Amino acid sequence: MDLVTFLQQIINSFSLGSMYALIAIGYTMVYGVLRLINFAHGDIMMVGVYFAFFAMSVFALPFGFAVIVAVGGAVVVGILIDKIAYKPLRKAPRISLLITAIGMSFFLENIVNVLYGSTPIAFSVPDFFSQTYDFSGVIVTPTVIIVPIVTLILMMGILYILYRTKYGMAIRALAFDVETVKLMGIDANKIIMLVFAVGSGLAAVGGVFWGINYPTIEPLMGVLIGLKAFAAAVLGGIGSVVGALLGGLILGFTEVLFVAFMPEYGGYKDAIAFIFLILVLLFRPAGIMGINFEKARF
Amino acid sequence: MSKIKTLQLMAIMLTILLMWLAQNHLDDYSLRILTTIAIFIILATSYNLINGITGQLSLEPNGFVAVGAYVTALLLISSDAKLDMYQLAEPSPWLLLLNTTLVPALFFSGVVSAILAFILAFPVFRVRGDYLAIVTLGFGFIIRVFAVNTPAVTNGAIGLNDIPSSVNLYWAGAFAMATVLIMLNIIYSKYGRGMKAVRDDEDAASAMGVNTFKIKTYAFMTSAFFEGVGGGLLAVFLTTISPDIFTFFLTFQLIIIIVLGGLGSMTGTIIGAFLVIGGGEWLRVLDEEVNFLGLHIDAHPGMRMVVFSVILIVVMIFAREGIMGKRELTDLFRRVKK
Repeated sequence: MDLVTFLQQIINSFSLGSMYALIAIGYTMVYGVLRLINFAHGDIMMVGVYFAFFAMSVFALPFGFAVIVAVGGAVVVGILIDKIAYKPLRKAPRISLLITAIGMSFFLENIVNVLYGSTPIAFSVPDFFSQTYDFSGVIVTPTVIIVPIVTLILMMGILYILYRTKYGMAIRALAFDVETVKLMGIDANKIIMLVFAVGSGLAAVGGVFWGINYPTIEPLMGVLIGLKAFAAAVLGGIGSVVGALLGGLILGFTEVLFVAFMPEYGGYKDAIAFIFLILVLLFRPAGIMGINFEKARF
Repeated sequence: MSKIKTLQLMAIMLTILLMWLAQNHLDDYSLRILTTIAIFIILATSYNLINGITGQLSLEPNGFVAVGAYVTALLLISSDAKLDMYQLAEPSPWLLLLNTTLVPALFFSGVVSAILAFILAFPVFRVRGDYLAIVTLGFGFIIRVFAVNTPAVTNGAIGLNDIPSSVNLYWAGAFAMATVLIMLNIIYSKYGRGMKAVRDDEDAASAMGVNTFKIKTYAFMTSAFFEGVGGGLLAVFLTTISPDIFTFFLTFQLIIIIVLGGLGSMTGTIIGAFLVIGGGEWLRVLDEEVNFLGLHIDAHPGMRMVVFSVILIVVMIFAREGIMGKRELTDLFRRVKK
């Protein structure tokens, strides 16, 4: 493989990794505060993309507004899911919560399936995204530049909220000990709502990027992406936002380079995230960032 | 003979009688549904062992059912038929040597599933069980990826067909009864009490000397074994398998069955299997177009699944116990000891 191809792959993997990271942040934050694997997270992303599609196809809104609709829609869906399905089960055994999450995930997939059908539909994006620049052989599209930058900015925003505001302090406290947080006079449900809102919004952004890069959308698109993003979150250290970014990037790099170096095994690329997940659980359950919630509690 | 034993024996006799009646008096369509229900009872009761009794959410059934179905199919199809069938690649030479009859094939399916279960469970149960759900969900995908990408073994996306069929209601029913009895025996054994202890309070169980890692792994492997066997039966029953059959919807149906019937109740699971599979047939109306009193509703494929998921969420929020809770039918006859 020559240098140009290699650089090309690196650039591609940056944008793929960023998309995983955006979705992984939602997983990691929800897991941090509720200890819940939010199975519906990937599907919230999918619903976000469909909101964007809806805004563009029915109301003929420009792309920028469609993104806002996607984020807004996903935030509302995320909050509603928490209110309807998770909140009544805060005191229930964990398995009930997980089963409800699966029910929610299945519900979102199939309601979209009923409304739009299961065949992939084209996600039309402005021509701006389809132009290419040629830097002495390395082809660069606007997305590979925009996606990592937007991810980085959003990341900074999240870190600012988490470490510089009162709400962020409450989120971190909630991850540490729910009961004490309540005793301190903080409305835990409001904070959890905030976490769902932030996570879902980021997932919608990630989903729209996905729609731009792979310009078809389908009701089941969130399942595999969600699974991989969760693996990325575990790889980085679940509960850690920076870890989610690192895990997402590592997963993105590995996938792209795997296919580049071993194209004949390209069909197995979806298995990489899974192998990462198993290896991390075997050798370093706390992930790269090393926050071990399971141990820290006892 | 204790009261419970008498009751179990009576239940077995009654089931055999009902199967005989069904075989002689029902049409083919109803018999197929009953056979499906029997296979789903195998799958759901074994699934309940890890989810309901041990309290570890696992999403593995579609993966292990796929493994079991493929192993059984490969063991049953004769080598000549294999040479004819494989279109994408030449079948691996060792595949042609495999050929056996139904019962050993089902047994091997179970063993292969159980070994895979051990490989999955080992990393997961070393940490807490939370990750089991996501690892097993991923496993379902991986099995699919492998089934599609190894045409020399699985015939790729085309799948295997012409699996010699010999499963009727009696076969499926006998296996279902055996599974239920074995599960009941496990539940009331030392291991079963260990599993329930892990479910109710893992730390306390561990403090009382229960080896939680071992118990959880044991439950998961047992569950996988019977899912493999059930998968093998499903393959023989359907006579055609392809990677597309074993999607997450299969697991989802099983989740609804055990949640409706009651997490941790084998009797409830049986009731759940009848309700969900029978009801699922009935709800097929939802997916089709409706012409009723001049009212026309277009076909909405997927509407049935929406209804299923709403049922699941509603049951989980408002009636978490399901129909039977954690009780068995025999518990209703048991005298309360003071």
